Amino acid sequence: MARDKKDKKAKKPKAKAKNHRANRRANGLDTQRAVEQFLYNQAEILDERRWDDWLGLFTKDGKYWMPPREDQETGEGMPNIFYEDLFLMDMRVRRVEHPYAHSQKPKNKMSHVIGNVVIESEDRKTGDVVARSKFHVVEFRNDNQRYFAGKYRHHLKKTKDGYKIRLQRVDIVSAEGPFDYVLQYWL
Amino acid sequence: MPDGILGNPGNLVEPDQVHKACYTDDDIFEQELDKIFHKSWIYIGHETQVPKVGDYWTTWVGRERMILCRGEDGVHVLYNRCPHRGAMLCQGLNGNAGKTFRCPYHAWTYNLDGSLFRIPVEEGYDGTAFDPKDPRFSMKPAEQMGIYRGFVFAKLSEGGPDLDTWLGRGARAAFDDICNRSPEGEVEIVQNCFRVIQHSNWKIFLENQLDALHPSITHHSTGEAAAEMQKVYKQRTGEDPPIGYQFLADFTLPYEKWDSLSTYGHPYGHTVLGGYMGLRPRDPITVSHEEALTKAYGAERMDEILSTNVHHVLVYPCLSVQPPLQQLRAVRPLAADKTLTEIWHFRLKGAPEGIYERSLAYYYHVNSPSTMVNADDLQNFNACHEGLRLGGGGDWVSFHRNAGQDPVENGVTTSVTGMSEQPMRNMFAAWKEYMSAGS
Ligand code: FES
Ligand SMILES: [Fe+2]
Repeated sequence: MARDKKDKKAKKPKAKAKNHRANRRANGLDTQRAVEQFLYNQAEILDERRWDDWLGLFTKDGKYWMPPREDQETGEGMPNIFYEDLFLMDMRVRRVEHPYAHSQKPKNKMSHVIGNVVIESEDRKTGDVVARSKFHVVEFRNDNQRYFAGKYRHHLKKTKDGYKIRLQRVDIVSAEGPFDYVLQYWL
Repeated sequence: MPDGILGNPGNLVEPDQVHKACYTDDDIFEQELDKIFHKSWIYIGHETQVPKVGDYWTTWVGRERMILCRGEDGVHVLYNRCPHRGAMLCQGLNGNAGKTFRCPYHAWTYNLDGSLFRIPVEEGYDGTAFDPKDPRFSMKPAEQMGIYRGFVFAKLSEGGPDLDTWLGRGARAAFDDICNRSPEGEVEIVQNCFRVIQHSNWKIFLENQLDALHPSITHHSTGEAAAEMQKVYKQRTGEDPPIGYQFLADFTLPYEKWDSLSTYGHPYGHTVLGGYMGLRPRDPITVSHEEALTKAYGAERMDEILSTNVHHVLVYPCLSVQPPLQQLRAVRPLAADKTLTEIWHFRLKGAPEGIYERSLAYYYHVNSPSTMVNADDLQNFNACHEGLRLGGGGDWVSFHRNAGQDPVENGVTTSVTGMSEQPMRNMFAAWKEYMSAGS
């Protein structure tokens, strides 16, 4: 926030071009760091099954989307592996935590590693960001380990409480392969 | 295990119970492939899956890998094997072969009906027993192929009833019901196949499809979560929640409701569960669907079509169809304890878009890889299979519920209650017949 104000002030002086360059570089690194921290935090929330925090990561109209093919351009009106708004995510949380969710006995555990974080674009005015990254996930359930890997593409909105997810697109490399059992919640 | 029981698998099936070896024994499984999956009509795919010349999809029939493709003259079902040295010709799930199938090993090429087209450096065969006209040097077509209203079946043996007769009115009803709901009388497949592997025997899946006792227990958590969210949705938005929630909230229905359904057992093991979804509300989508059908067929026929309320039709042994929601799951047994399901849904040609959206919502909530429904079903299937593997705890599986009470009329068995285990008894009667034939 403080830096935003400084940016606006910095626009006034005449030696604009030079300052501008320096600011942009500084911003770039800060954005990189902030987005990385956001992604690490999201991964940790999922690994720790902190569902309220998970729902809090999204904007009111935010969506989690896992298409069945990499060339699919929209989730609307198409078959999807995941395509969920906050209501559907809330329902999934309620089911997973329900005492009679048989397939949650025993519960599954996940471990995420996130890397290759690239900021694709940053809106100068709003601070909104589009970022892509890679993930590796190990899931353990019922004496059985599964592996998932793929690419995230986050559309992040900058708010006074930090970034919120408008859209998270998740392309798993095995999207078109057979699923050995199902996915009980998000990767 | 009773003495010599595997020599005569018919002994594994009694009127109200079956032996666990039916599910877990590897030798029984191999016999099932030979005697059931290679001797009955198996669903391959839908004509619209291969709309253009050269399009193909691959799938399984028993232990064989098959290709569904379109040539200039229509669809063909071919064995996925090069007659030269045996390489599988199509490795991927689907694609377009162009004008010919070309073997990746030595480039023998085949027309889209499987007949040999060309061999490189053919002189090498001069003076040999090789004959380009001999069918054994062409890709082999399935022994029999049949199409009912666009749904393609194949049979990997000669003889027996033709497809129409074999489907009978019980199984034909599944495809009639899907197609009749379209004002054009036709459906178009959506080019997306979700494939999900179950670690359990294929019969456990089929039995579950018509098991009206299990939903309120197995899907208790999902039903309640959905019912809660319907309220939350309404509170927060002031609007009615999308229909997807209702598909899941239905699982909270009490036993009495499930018990009021009916099941029907047809010849060859085809089995039907009368529906419960109440898919004829007075919402604008249903009303516009009614209008489209009335325009096409008249009011009386429209009413007849839309009052057909079937939840599941099992085309034994290969297919589970849900006609009012335009979806199907094909069953491909890979091992006694491993079953692949291929899951598809359809568009009704000429019907309002909202009808497709309803089908899509069901496809997502119940049949996608993120399903909150099959998450618990598959867990139970696996629990069953693992339990049946055990030695000391007992040998038999019980189908005693309402046994001996199934009324029979014109060769069709009905049930006295929706939760009767009549569908399982009906399927095993067919199983016994298939497995005892020629042994
Ligand atoms: S194996 Fe196919 S051309 Fe040789
Ligand atoms: Fe179920």
